[in-house]
Amino acid sequence: MRISFAEGLAKAIYESMVADPRVLLIGSNFMGLNTEAKQLMNPVVSEFANRVMVAPISELGLAGAGIGAAVAGRRPVVDINTGSFIFQAFAQVVNEAANVHYMSGGQTTAPVTFYCLAGVRGGGGSQHSHTTQAMLGQVPGLQILTPGGADDAYHLMKWALLESRNPTVFMSHSLLFGETAEVSPDEPMLPVGQARIRREGRDVSVIASSVTVTRAMAAAQELQQQHGISVEVVDLRTIAPLDESTVLQSVAKTGRAVIADECHRRFGVAAEIAAILAEQGLSLLKAPVRRVAVPDVPIPYSPALEAELIVDKEKIVAAVLCVMGRS
Amino acid sequence: MIMSASTVASTPHERLGAMLRIRRFEEQCILLSKAGRFRGHYHVYIGQEATAVAVCAALVADDFIFTTWRNHGHLLARGAAPGRMMAEILGKAGGYAGGKSGTLHLAVRDLGIPTTSALVGGTLPLAAGAALACKQRGSGITVCFFGDAALEEGAFYEAMILAAVWRIPILFVCENNTMPPEQRTRGQSTSSTLPAARLKDVPEALRVSSEVVEGADADVLMQYMERLVSEVRASGEPRFVEVRCARWPGNFLTWPDLPCGEWQTAWAFGQPPKHADLAEWLETSDPLHRYVRKLLAAGMLDREQADAMDARARTEMAEAVRFALDSPFPAPDEAYRHVLAAGGGA
Repeated sequence: MRISFAEGLAKAIYESMVADPRVLLIGSNFMGLNTEAKQLMNPVVSEFANRVMVAPISELGLAGAGIGAAVAGRRPVVDINTGSFIFQAFAQVVNEAANVHYMSGGQTTAPVTFYCLAGVRGGGGSQHSHTTQAMLGQVPGLQILTPGGADDAYHLMKWALLESRNPTVFMSHSLLFGETAEVSPDEPMLPVGQARIRREGRDVSVIASSVTVTRAMAAAQELQQQHGISVEVVDLRTIAPLDESTVLQSVAKTGRAVIADECHRRFGVAAEIAAILAEQGLSLLKAPVRRVAVPDVPIPYSPALEAELIVDKEKIVAAVLCVMGRS
Repeated sequence: MIMSASTVASTPHERLGAMLRIRRFEEQCILLSKAGRFRGHYHVYIGQEATAVAVCAALVADDFIFTTWRNHGHLLARGAAPGRMMAEILGKAGGYAGGKSGTLHLAVRDLGIPTTSALVGGTLPLAAGAALACKQRGSGITVCFFGDAALEEGAFYEAMILAAVWRIPILFVCENNTMPPEQRTRGQSTSSTLPAARLKDVPEALRVSSEVVEGADADVLMQYMERLVSEVRASGEPRFVEVRCARWPGNFLTWPDLPCGEWQTAWAFGQPPKHADLAEWLETSDPLHRYVRKLLAAGMLDREQADAMDARARTEMAEAVRFALDSPFPAPDEAYRHVLAAGGGA
């Protein structure tokens, strides 16, 4: 069946609540400001009222309560709402959840999911547009899911709620809500920790995740049609674990790499991929790696200024032409 | 297995024995630290033992406890093995976390102590979540121990709000061991400076029913905590209690110190220590010392019995220290284990 990213999220949450009575929603504003998508959550809210907790504006408390419920045997998902709000909860996410299993010497697990509507969403301004996967990638003990399509929104959310044994940050993106994909609920999911080749190609690998996947796909199509360049799009799907081997295999085939990532440029996900290529794949490269990331400035409000900074199709096309020596 | 409350402290002698074990354990911590056997900072519970013993006596197997860096008393009262605790404090492979937690994060999942936060206030939201789990599964309650300084953290308010809004079965036990401002001098250990005149006013304002009790009389605390815990259990509602403790004179500096060495039974039998502050504190505030005096006055304890009980506690803790010292350090490869739980398909 063909479903949207938002439908995939709602379907995964609903099915998980049916499948496991331990699944618990702490907050339920998963669709953010999208009132149409919000309707998709109605079945969950009406059928599982006693497992959908009213959430005060207490991100730190909610995150901690999610961890506490998880160590006590539940499988909660905490709605952090706008991704930037995870900063209010950092003390619990970073300094409690990520450390529970380790500092208990393996006695205790904390299968809690923190759901974030992350990224530059359009008009969010400096305090509602953060992409925090690189910062959180510095925290051993967390799993970070960054679905770039409806299929992975569905499968990864279901995996987080029903199977994961560790604290997980689910990076959703409101600009992906309308993206659609074929989803076969009965088929096994591509394992977590394995990147997805969204499009096969010969000339250059574009490595993307979350919202940059769709933009990389659009860039690939344009590059094929207008420049005859064959682009392979690698969708990382998860930042932690990070599938180094698929990235290296793709670059071994194409010899060129462009990394499209919505984190800031310094110390971002793209920087980490570039470091992996430098350490383990230098001999594979026919051209220097190029990063297409957000410049190191806060996200401004004005559409004219925001557009200057975001990772869009045009910037990915330009970077590919650059590594192909055609710019 | 969890020793049920009634087996560890149902009689006055068992109550005294439980407090003695905690005292003797922590004196050994101080001695081991001074001897350079472990290097990290640590916090002792001396003078607060009656609270842990009283609360844990009222708990059952499927209850949860959340504690802090000052956790030794809570774990021992809940039935943790002193040898494994001491091994953990020394960073040894035989510790509960194989040396990964040390004293700060001591936890024993099988005793309903799943994780221990060493951040001020950090434990409160976690405990609220466990209480939510208790409510969802329909069994057990959660007890959350913390110090007065937690009220200076935002996490305190958020946890109180959740407890009040969700109506969850949680007992917040604030062990107030702060020193009054007039007793503080520069260079002393930090202490809370909450502007509220009465701590209980703060949770009350958030509609969490709150009380205050003095922490120096073990019998009073036993009855008090039994009532409070059963009320939380019956109502499924949150409660807050401030237990007022007076800071032990050995706990005024950055590192704990035994002002006159280990506590001596003789001190309770007419030979007080030659240290005015300590002698006064023992008489007015030490739940252990006062309990020995009380049982003695009531004709329920003589010197011989007290010495015999003390000898048992000392022997047990000497064995714990031996176990910890004999335990090997973890292999270096252990540093890489337990970052993520295995399984779950990732």
